[in-house]
Amino acid sequence: MITVSHLEKKFGNNHVLKDLNETIEKGEKVVIVGPSGSGKSTFLRCLNLLEQPTSGEIWFEGQKINDPKCDINRVRQKMGMVFQHFNLFPHLTIQENITLAPVQLKLMSKEEADEKAISLLKRIGLPEKAQAYPAQLSGGQKQRIAIVRALAMNPDLMLFDEPTSALDPEMVGEVLSFMRELAEDGMTMVVVTHEMGFAREVATRVLFMAEGQILEQAPPEEFFAHPKHNRLQDFLARVL
Amino acid sequence: MLAGLQEYLYTQFTNLQESLYQALIYKDRYLLILQGLENTILIALFATLIGTCIGVFIAMVKYFAKEKKALRPLEWICNIYVTTIRGTPVLVQLIILSTVIFASVRNNFPVAVVGFGINSGAYVAEIIRAGIAAVDRGQEEAGRSLGLSKLSTMRHIIMPQAVKNILPALGNEFIVLLKETSVAGYLAVHDLTKAAEIIKGNTYNATALFIAALIYLIMVIGMTKVLRIFERRLAKSDNR
Repeated sequence: MITVSHLEKKFGNNHVLKDLNETIEKGEKVVIVGPSGSGKSTFLRCLNLLEQPTSGEIWFEGQKINDPKCDINRVRQKMGMVFQHFNLFPHLTIQENITLAPVQLKLMSKEEADEKAISLLKRIGLPEKAQAYPAQLSGGQKQRIAIVRALAMNPDLMLFDEPTSALDPEMVGEVLSFMRELAEDGMTMVVVTHEMGFAREVATRVLFMAEGQILEQAPPEEFFAHPKHNRLQDFLARVL
Repeated sequence: MLAGLQEYLYTQFTNLQESLYQALIYKDRYLLILQGLENTILIALFATLIGTCIGVFIAMVKYFAKEKKALRPLEWICNIYVTTIRGTPVLVQLIILSTVIFASVRNNFPVAVVGFGINSGAYVAEIIRAGIAAVDRGQEEAGRSLGLSKLSTMRHIIMPQAVKNILPALGNEFIVLLKETSVAGYLAVHDLTKAAEIIKGNTYNATALFIAALIYLIMVIGMTKVLRIFERRLAKSDNR
């Protein structure tokens, strides 16, 4: 579904991603972990070109997306993204947050989008919040709405950039369980997170990144039980 | 002694009465003041309008030039304009405009409007740029990640939020302009200050200037009050 080859990213003299090669297949749930500053988020943001790679290629559904000829707006319609700080639109109601993109991009009529928004809100148990504004919601509610907003576009792939890092501890659970549901429904997911429990239970593959490289990757059982690289052993010893 | 004071105050009072009569009533001089006031307000209003158009244009050029390299030369021209206008006195700009560029134009009122408009545009451009920059970066990323174009994101997500930062500052710019137009007299435009000066010349008495000052003061205080109320309204809609 998405293939990255020889991906490099530099911010000035700061070499953030070093020759990354990775392929993610349809239906996979890939969790990326690693110390802060290891380039996890940058890697994720390169996948939908929120960061422009310095060099290398990114292919999504048979299309080279970091090509000037590629219509990136079109590609992004198929890649949902969830941010650490939710980034809901504060001037719009919850329903408008969800329907803005599908309606503006003429993927749905206003009525279809409204219907879809309501059914998605029912799914997360917040249909009564349709006319509320983001400021009236808790962090956990905001993040679940942000996920719903991305889902309303019927994406093929969902990117999660530390979706629970900005939440109060008691709200982490509701967001993770919604993400788990998505995973069970077969959504292809790439998740950057510090939630090792989530990685262990939901991931089909866990990647360990440090200093801009993928140092180790394995299915979660092996990843957590038998880490090979000593950087990963160190890291796990510290976070588990 | 007391009688002396009484007589002194009485003379002063009759003097004041006489000066006011001379400055306002005699030969219908208040009409001069009113006409000057009208011109002052019109110049400030039109100049703010022109300034806003120029300002929006420049802010947009700067915003889109980040992505579209073809706009870079235009951005460069805009930067020169802003730097030059903000770095030179408005009076010099006005005199150059009226005696060099529009030397053949007899009626200096439109010249003053254009001059103050061009001047104000440079300041408004900064106001709008700052207003846009104050909107959280995550808002743009969220919009773009949903597949919305840069233009669409600007229109539906950034601008509605930026307007709240921009409008109060724009009102302030109008207040500044209202006072700044007092130099329009240099172009033989009959504004409030010029009217007061003419009356002063005819009455050999500065009362008219004090009246003009009072009118400016009342307008500025009034506008400031209106702005405060307006700002409070805007702030209220933030935490709905």
